[in-house]
Amino acid sequence: MTIPGAPVLLRVRNLKTYFVTEHGKGTAQAVDDVSFDLYPGETLGIVGESGCGKTVTSLSILRLVPEPPGHVLPGSLIEFEGRNLLALPAPELRAVRGNQIAMIFQEPMTSLNPVFTVGDQIAEAAIIHQHLSRSAARARAIEMLRLVGIPDPDERVDHYPHQLSGGMRQRVMIAMALVCHPKVLIADEPTTALDVTIQAQILELLDRLQHELGMSVLLITHDLGVVAGHADRVVVMYAGRVVETAPTDALFERPTHPYTEGLLAAVPRIDAPRTRLHAIPGQVPAATAWPPGCRFHPRCPYAWDKCVAQEPPLLEVGDEAGHTARCWLVTEPERKVSKR
Amino acid sequence: MTLVDVRDLVKHYAGERRWFGLGRPQAPVRAVDGVSFTIASGRTLGLVGESGSGKTTVGRTMLRLQEPTSGKMLFDGNDVFALDVTRLRALRRRMQIVFQDPYSSLNPRMTVDDTLREPLEIHGLNGTVTALLDEVGLDAAFAKRYPHELSGGQRQRVGIARALSVEPQFIVCDEPVSALDVSVQAQVLNLLADLQAKRRLTYLFIAHDLAVVRHIADDVAVMYLGKLVERAPAGEIYAQPRHPYTRALLSAVPEPNPHTTKRRIVLPGDIPSPAHPPPGCPFHPRCPHPKKSQRCRTEPPPLRPITPGHDAACHFAEEPM
Amino acid sequence: MTLGTWLALFVALVVTAEIVRVLRHRAMRHERWRRFFRHRTTTWGLGILTFLVIVALAAPLVAPYDPDKQLDIVHLKNHPPSWTFLLGTDVLSRDVWSRTVYGARVSLGIGALGALVAVALGTLVGAVAGYYQRWIDAVLMRGVDVGLALPRIFILLMAVALWDGLPFAALIIVIGLTSWFGTSRLVRAEVLSLRQRDFVVAARALGAGSGRVIFRHVLPNAAAPIIVSAALGVGNVLLLEASLSFLGIGVKPPEPTWGNMIADNAPSIYTAPWSTLFPGLAISLVVLSLNAVADGVRDALDPRAEAA
Repeated sequence: MTIPGAPVLLRVRNLKTYFVTEHGKGTAQAVDDVSFDLYPGETLGIVGESGCGKTVTSLSILRLVPEPPGHVLPGSLIEFEGRNLLALPAPELRAVRGNQIAMIFQEPMTSLNPVFTVGDQIAEAAIIHQHLSRSAARARAIEMLRLVGIPDPDERVDHYPHQLSGGMRQRVMIAMALVCHPKVLIADEPTTALDVTIQAQILELLDRLQHELGMSVLLITHDLGVVAGHADRVVVMYAGRVVETAPTDALFERPTHPYTEGLLAAVPRIDAPRTRLHAIPGQVPAATAWPPGCRFHPRCPYAWDKCVAQEPPLLEVGDEAGHTARCWLVTEPERKVSKR
Repeated sequence: MTLVDVRDLVKHYAGERRWFGLGRPQAPVRAVDGVSFTIASGRTLGLVGESGSGKTTVGRTMLRLQEPTSGKMLFDGNDVFALDVTRLRALRRRMQIVFQDPYSSLNPRMTVDDTLREPLEIHGLNGTVTALLDEVGLDAAFAKRYPHELSGGQRQRVGIARALSVEPQFIVCDEPVSALDVSVQAQVLNLLADLQAKRRLTYLFIAHDLAVVRHIADDVAVMYLGKLVERAPAGEIYAQPRHPYTRALLSAVPEPNPHTTKRRIVLPGDIPSPAHPPPGCPFHPRCPHPKKSQRCRTEPPPLRPITPGHDAACHFAEEPM
Repeated sequence: MTLGTWLALFVALVVTAEIVRVLRHRAMRHERWRRFFRHRTTTWGLGILTFLVIVALAAPLVAPYDPDKQLDIVHLKNHPPSWTFLLGTDVLSRDVWSRTVYGARVSLGIGALGALVAVALGTLVGAVAGYYQRWIDAVLMRGVDVGLALPRIFILLMAVALWDGLPFAALIIVIGLTSWFGTSRLVRAEVLSLRQRDFVVAARALGAGSGRVIFRHVLPNAAAPIIVSAALGVGNVLLLEASLSFLGIGVKPPEPTWGNMIADNAPSIYTAPWSTLFPGLAISLVVLSLNAVADGVRDALDPRAEAA
């Protein structure tokens, strides 16, 4: 939960991460002026579809974007405990990576090294950052495996990744990430590759660990259902931009940006009768040529000439603190007339 | 009228052979282990299961894209598994498949036009590529493009057009929307529903997600480790699931509602390997049912009617959880 | 070198440049061929190969001497390169340039045809094994294992012993028949993974027969490794021919090939390096050019490669 008045733990301001495409045919503006705050102890969900820039945002935080072709533009700020991570010399950055800010990825098979035992891989971070001896690190690895709910951790510590199931591998990834008790855990689609029943296990585990270890979680996902059940606040991204931010309840009860609204209506519901789904027409535009004005206007059912001419800033919706939307409808609600 | 009738379908994959591939095979993988169901003409059966449940194998074996180990598949009265190559090829026109992965389902070296023209050539049909594209909501200009120039949703539409090209009656939709973004997923699901209404199609809709199936299926069958564990009309199965696995699957779907009141059942453990399924009820090691007993560990429960039209394979299907 | 041969050489260069220019110009109209000329090295490779082929065809015009003629065994033995003998003379006082030019005919012929036989056979066996799997695969691949395990020279020696005085066509076939094992493995691995792909399953579901599936859906997508192995194969065949000549069982002397030029002159490599260096360079040049052209062909066949 967000502690009112608590200092910001991770502050992202005006983050721009661009990619030079092959043959210099253009610049993909994958992340284009993204700002948000992460408070101690909270879970912040970043939601969006493929190509919205959510993964590049998460990679930019730890400066893991491959350079070239990617580069973070000057003027971007990623402030963690008062230090700009983008300006940090490499050794100091390494002291933050995996130690104070850790990451888990979508694909647990490719994220683990197949030639080392899971114990070795979990112990590695502890040896690097906390200078533990081999035996102490091994004991820590076993402790971590127990923490993430892997049965027979004394035995499993000597297993190789291929001997584990997908769910088990994701637990190992989490154990690796948490071995140094980081303050921030960035979870990039942590359950997308998993089966539904295993996804439920992993999400429950993340909730429990956050509670026990008191860390902040940046939960990046395409799944509004996952966000609804596990995030305190939500940032919705579209076409490289933040289009709406809100406390979770407010977002689901009063979605303000037409994209959020459309996305929510498009989710197949298990509690609704068999109906035709609401689909957002068209495709996500290419990152090399975002539409002018509001980037959602070609797909928006309400767009009028102002949306084409001028991009709205993030406007305070006014119903609840921290609910903002990048849409002119906030100032001109009478315009909300669907053309379709 | 029943169009598709699958009876006791079994598909075992032979284990790896030692001695440079010439020796005795190891223990087989029981991908599909005695599955039976029927689909009436013009209806949709949703086949739901997690990875390793054998749902994809069921679809492919039915079209004989993989040879079955045993069982029967009657399509409009024809015994598909008994057909010779010529008759099978003729029947393939009437049964088609749409795939999950829009990146692997189109030949990267062929333009959309090549891809859609091929089936017309094979069967000597006089449909046109433009008409097919129009039917799936794509502009005729897409014909000149290669798959890598299309988005996931557009590729999936081309895959659907390819299946439609031979004017089939029955389509196996193998997770057609799982790889797509939510907004595009809705477009494709609506398209499939429209086409079904327009062309009187019959679908086997395979999915890992009960929420997606809700929006398209008339009947739902749930698979676990190669066996059907529950089968019922859609309304029935969502309102009153009988098998503990179906209940867990339903509760595990993350709902976009922060105030959901439903009780979440988190199953312990992993899905066992189909090469070594547990004895008795295949679900018993993970089953949260309070009545779970020794009987579940030894005696495999048959798929039996609980109420008329609603079958479940659980010794305690009548008991509340 | 006479004025006539210089002139012929010059004409050959001009013709080469013109052919490449026209090809490039025409290519710009088609997406596919634009991709072929995407890399500058491909153009160079194509130019060099064209030049070599023209020179080989026009050998009588470009070569100042009869390649087999021993000009003056006493005075002109191992003569260093000069204006008269552009690349020098060899141990038997034959003109190295003339022999290299005539040798190109035999060597390029053997290289191209031998590699063609090998790649065709390797592709066929690999595709059949990978597509049909089961016992066919097991039998074919065990055969390939045996083929790879047997020393090739040994097989060739047996063939030569049986045949006695190997004709040119037989030599090509023997070389082709013993060079396909690697390719078949490569193709099989590719086919194994491709046949699992959904578009191949889709083609079968549409009622396409095995032939159509293999030739339209599987092999075009396995083109990249096949082409690369063909380009490397030509190089290998040239070297194999050289080692056969070295053993005295290749093309019968005095007929020149780049391989037997190296073999004949190897003993004088320290005293007259030019007589081995130039045929050696010719082989390297062909292999390098082929690789550059192979890259271009690979891009041309792959619509995902960006056109320049």
